[in-house]
This record gives sequence, structure tokens and C-alpha cells, in this order.
Amino acid sequence: MLDIATAYNKYKFLGNDYLTWIWFLIETGADISGLLKTGDVVTLEVGNSIVLENNLGDKSKEKISIKGDQAGLEEGTTALKKGAFVTQINLICKINEDEYTFTIKGESLNVTGLKTPKTDLSKNDDEIEGLVLEKASFCFKIFEVIDTLFLNYMDQRTSDDWTVKGLQDIKKWIETY
Amino acid sequence: MALISSTHSVSRYHVDGKIEGSVLEEVRNALIKNAIPKIESEYDEISAGWTPVESPYNPDFEAFSFQFGTYFLFSLRIDKKSIPQKLIQKYMALEIEKKKEKSGRDFISKNEKSELKEHVTDILMHKIPAIPNIYDVLWDYEAGNLYLYTTQKAANEFFETIFLKSFNLKPVRLFPYTMIEKKSDFSSTKKDRALSLAPVKYSR
Repeated sequence: MLDIATAYNKYKFLGNDYLTWIWFLIETGADISGLLKTGDVVTLEVGNSIVLENNLGDKSKEKISIKGDQAGLEEGTTALKKGAFVTQINLICKINEDEYTFTIKGESLNVTGLKTPKTDLSKNDDEIEGLVLEKASFCFKIFEVIDTLFLNYMDQRTSDDWTVKGLQDIKKWIETY
Repeated sequence: MALISSTHSVSRYHVDGKIEGSVLEEVRNALIKNAIPKIESEYDEISAGWTPVESPYNPDFEAFSFQFGTYFLFSLRIDKKSIPQKLIQKYMALEIEKKKEKSGRDFISKNEKSELKEHVTDILMHKIPAIPNIYDVLWDYEAGNLYLYTTQKAANEFFETIFLKSFNLKPVRLFPYTMIEKKSDFSSTKKDRALSLAPVKYSR
């Protein structure tokens, strides 16, 4: 294994590329449940923010933050056309009837602001263990979605037909704007 | 308790290796041995250690549980003394006046000033109480998954050091590279292929 700090910096682009792919899946109405291969009905939507970055060649970076509900798609896709990549995205994930919102950062895959479904259990001593286990299971469900999709993406990126299929599909989507 | 709060920020880790002997006993002993001291040291700028999630200010792992279902759950508490700059300025001004009066001079040298600052900082550091920050740690031992309920860099670094010291197990941060190395069932050829990729360019 590579040194952790070196590996983090060298491969952070894989996380950013992954988030761009997630955005593409959402906008093209891909079957997320099918990709996850679970019995659950899972849908994803873009939440209230997308952050993109563009390397300007002279070691400086341009940061494009699109905020607000219904985060602007055209501004983002225009940035992608100019060579930008998604570095952070706020997502709404529905798993069956339950709704989760969170922000995921590409380079670290860190999850922030994760809101899980409401629970009926209270913080009383006799219910605390149940509450902890329920909250933990909510978090695990989201990590499962993130990880399975990431490895699915990596599987596609490393497949022989990526450049003729996967990549072309994303390029076509961007060109439609 | 961060885990049962309404929103969460989470850093994830993979744990390589297993504990030898009785896991429950070894974890309990390690938590007790590396618990945050109950009595605050007036000399330490930073003090960090484990504490039960249900009792963050009384690190008593005999009285409070760290096992919830099949998971281990405890908190990392980091107590840090932080002296406000304005407080240092105030005491510096007072000390400078005292020094001038004592020496009969109307100025003090750069070296004297720096000695005074060290002295003032030292005194204030002893007097000021440490501010506690508490971060929950959820450990799915069987799956080798570890969750720290914060994404703050300094807390992550403390956590990694204390976890390794306590359990003799290295927590590996999960990010794109380590996800491929630790959490995928890719063949070595596929891994090599993934690790030789370059960023996608969508621009024409």
C-alpha cells in the first residue's frame, strides 16, 4: 500500500469523478436500485448544493458553488464543459419510505450534515440502546449506498468498454445543455 | 451524544487485524487504561482520552456501558486550553508596567518582553480551564468498520493516534484509494488498472 497522505492526494480525483457520475445518474434517471442490487427502492436527487472546481493551469483553481434548492444544473454542466469537476454534492436519498439528506466530499468521501429519518424512540435510559442501534443502522444504510455505488463506478471505469460506453454517455449528457 | 443527534458528520475507517484473547475484556481494559483523566491536569494544554458516551464527564467504564448490540460505542474527549489573545494582551500590559516600575526604566527590551509573554502565558495556562470537545466512536468490530462522528482534521489525528495506542490496531481512513484497497473484491489486475487511471476530462 502507498503512503496514506500520498495516496489521498494522488487519487482524490477518483472521488471527484465519482460524484460527477452520481450527478449524471441522477439527471439521466438511472435505476439506482438496480445498480445497488438490493431489494430496497433507492432513489437519489441533487439537494441544495453542488461545488465544482476547475484547475486553471497556473496552479490556481476556480471554485464554482451552486447553492439553493433545485441547484442550478446548467451552470454546473457549463462548468463541466470547461473542464471543471464536482468536488462536493448535497444529496437526497430515499430508501423505500425513508428520506436521508447529506453532503459528500469527493476527495475524502466524508459525509457531513447527514439527516436520517425520524425515530419514535426517546433518549430515556430504557430506550437508549434501541435508539443507538436504530441511528447506527440508518447511517450504515447510507454508507452502503455510497460504497456500493463507488465500487460500481470503479468497476465501470476499469472495464474495457468505459471509453466507448460510460464516458461517451456522460459526455452526451453534458452536451445536451 | 453525536450519534443520536439530528445531524451527523462522519469520518470512516477500516480496521486491519483482530484483538487477541477476549475481545470484550481487551476493549474494556484498553478503554479504562486510556480513559481521559477524571481530574484535569492544570499543566497540560491538551488532554485526550476515552469516556463512555452516556457519561462524558465521568470516564467510568465500570459503571457505564460501551457495548450496544454487537457494536462498541464510546467517546473521544479532547480537553484543550485556549487562552484568548486579548487576555494575554491585558496581562502583558500589566506585567510590563510592573517591570518598568521595578527597574526604574521607561522601556523594556525585546528579550524581556518575550520572557514576560512566556511567563504570562504560563500563568494563564495554569489558571484557565480546558474546553472539552466530545466525539462519538462507533466500532463494528466484526466488520472491521470504525466511524468517528466528526470530520475535523485535528480530532481525526488525535483519534488515529489514541486508537492505535489503545488497541494496537491501526485505523485506516477510508477515501477513494483505501476504498479500492480495503473494501473492494477487485482482482489485483483490476486494482492496478484502477490505480493507473487519470482524471476524466469532459471538455472538448
